[in-house]
Amino acid sequence: MSGTFVGMPAFPAAAREAVGDATLRANLRHATHTIRDKRARAVAELDDWAALREAGRRIKDHTLRHLDTYLVQLEESVTAAGGTVHWAADADEANAIVTELVRATGEREVVKVKSMATQEIGLNEALEEAGIRAYETDLAELIVQLGKDRPSHILVPAIHRNRGEIGAIFRREMAGWGRPAPEGLTDSPAELAEAARLHLREKFLRAKVGISGANFMVAETGTLVVLESEGNGRMCLTLPETLISVVGIEKVVPTWRDLEVFLQTLPRSSTAERMNPYTSTWTGTTDGDGPKTFHLVLLDNGRTDTLADEVGRQALRCIRCSACLNVCPVYERAGGHAYGSVYPGPIGAILSPQLRGMGSEIDRSLPFASSLCGACYEVCPVAIDIPEVLVHLRERVAEGGEVVRNGARITVRPAKGHAAERAAMRAAAWAFRRPGVLRTGQRLASGTRRLHPRRLPGPGRAWSASRELPEVPRESFRDWWQRTQGGPAEGSTK
Amino acid sequence: MRVALFLTCVNDTLYPGTGRAVVKLLTRLGVEVDFPMAQTCCGQAHYNTGYRHGAEPLARHYAEVFGGYEAIVTPSGSCAAMVRELYPRLGARAAAEGRGGELARVLAPVVPKTYELTEFLVDVLGVVDVGAYYPHRVTYHPTCHGLRSLGLGDRPRRLLEAVRGLELVELPGAEECCGFGGTFAVKNPDVSAAMGLDKVRNAESTGAERLCAADNSCLMHLGGTMSRLRTGIEPVHLAEILAGTAADTGGDIEEAGV
Repeated sequence: MSGTFVGMPAFPAAAREAVGDATLRANLRHATHTIRDKRARAVAELDDWAALREAGRRIKDHTLRHLDTYLVQLEESVTAAGGTVHWAADADEANAIVTELVRATGEREVVKVKSMATQEIGLNEALEEAGIRAYETDLAELIVQLGKDRPSHILVPAIHRNRGEIGAIFRREMAGWGRPAPEGLTDSPAELAEAARLHLREKFLRAKVGISGANFMVAETGTLVVLESEGNGRMCLTLPETLISVVGIEKVVPTWRDLEVFLQTLPRSSTAERMNPYTSTWTGTTDGDGPKTFHLVLLDNGRTDTLADEVGRQALRCIRCSACLNVCPVYERAGGHAYGSVYPGPIGAILSPQLRGMGSEIDRSLPFASSLCGACYEVCPVAIDIPEVLVHLRERVAEGGEVVRNGARITVRPAKGHAAERAAMRAAAWAFRRPGVLRTGQRLASGTRRLHPRRLPGPGRAWSASRELPEVPRESFRDWWQRTQGGPAEGSTK
Repeated sequence: MRVALFLTCVNDTLYPGTGRAVVKLLTRLGVEVDFPMAQTCCGQAHYNTGYRHGAEPLARHYAEVFGGYEAIVTPSGSCAAMVRELYPRLGARAAAEGRGGELARVLAPVVPKTYELTEFLVDVLGVVDVGAYYPHRVTYHPTCHGLRSLGLGDRPRRLLEAVRGLELVELPGAEECCGFGGTFAVKNPDVSAAMGLDKVRNAESTGAERLCAADNSCLMHLGGTMSRLRTGIEPVHLAEILAGTAADTGGDIEEAGV
């Protein structure tokens, strides 16, 4: 994935910083609660929401089950419609293909439609190394790019910024990238949007190469689909002479009819709109209309490996709506950057460790970055049971096991940092099979209750830094039961 | 009707008052309650922390201890969800690992017979008014497993609304997680504490004297936060409210010596 995230600290450490940042907390709380409430209203309008959700789940599962068939069909359709299909096994391959394609046009700059796949592979950085400048044209991506920042949300990458911060970034940075911010630009949303419009327009009109991702690819016709709100995508998809789309292989759907489901569930889940303002579809090339050359780069980058995992593969159903981020209490407090990936929040916590493998601290910590409250699963429009996958990935960290990496089945060892926990869990499991041992432990705790410290040292501080410890009662329930057989007690036994 | 009380390891060890309250409440409603002494732990902490294989013997132990009862009642939404939602998954995963259907068969009988307390009261016994008296201003936090895994819905609310003397006040942001999350509380202590603090501030804003939930592990986290902050709000398990009667002095089950 993107080089910008290499060397991220594990989630708890990164989250600690975010929790202490009052501005960030306020920005995130305001933004996530607003969109969360709007989504709930947009979804409640449809009385067949549960059926749509189930249909979406099934379409995706069916397609993933027969992914080889549909990808080959897609390649044939795109080729027949005048496009060229490239296959990229990983980020490096995809970046090399795109860089070469842009070089072949002789252009030194490209305009970009908002795309998660190109962020995942770090395309902008790769192009920059080759002397090609990529301009983000989505408003939020523009803010992130100008601010030399990292995205912190799938849909609203600059969610961590408020308008005061955005105004400052525009005034300071726009001149370095093209048309400067208008004189006397204030922090009013209308003025900020107009500044972005003016800044971007000259790029749209000049660009000869556009780069996009896609929300869906229709196998039967070879049609790509992008849903957006701002219209910048439509500009990038229609004005340039060459269009290059980098799309994850899991984005294919069999037929146009399947779009019927997702064009209802995606906007409502994502921006809480009944319908998104712009839905662009294109099928290969058409003489005299739009780009003359079209390339589709199909990206694997860990997806086939993920597909091999019976529990984890459901993460590939994701349509990148970000509803799970907006309801997640952990995301709301930790912020997107703590997840160390372009995919933050609950979906990121199950997607990143699967796509990247669990070789890094951050990827091993992500499955634990959840209280398993289940709010994400409840809102997911393709019914990804995120808590189930989180627990499954925790198991891989704690117990190790078989996984597929780069197409080969390998056995991973339990993570080193979990040795003490593993021993404690084993001891607890042993004791819990022996009620007598449990009782001895309870009596020991009760007998020494007056000696228990109020605050714990060492690792116990994780609890007692913010919370009192529960008081151990004089008598466990089982001792009380044995003494009284559940009869009326004599005096208090607290 | 003879039912088994699965109190849970946390309640047995730290919150015996909740167990005594369940016994008092169910006995008052004409239910014969047994507490099988061999019971220990459902395995939830093991499972949720990534030790699925470590949870298996505990699930087997649960099935062995409780298999013979008509119904198993537990005053814990998350432990009930462990049995009902995750025991079948333990069996399915074992089968997927090529170990056959034996584990699934062993666990199957206890799955449908395990009830969270409010389910047992409302669905099995068919009571909403349990004859309780509890003269306090109370706000209710629906815990995540109760709300989203078990789908307890308005059962706890209906039970609370029928309690005499009790003033139920709405908790803002009630459906948001309190931040406990088992080992999450210590693995991600900063986020956990921030979530707990927000929940406590919301409880404070209601002016309630008691914060009620149907799961003591969430209350351990919230109660620990509230006493650290000296909010003056007491955590109380739903069972302890429902067990109280006018005969108990002041209606406080602990002081009344249930």
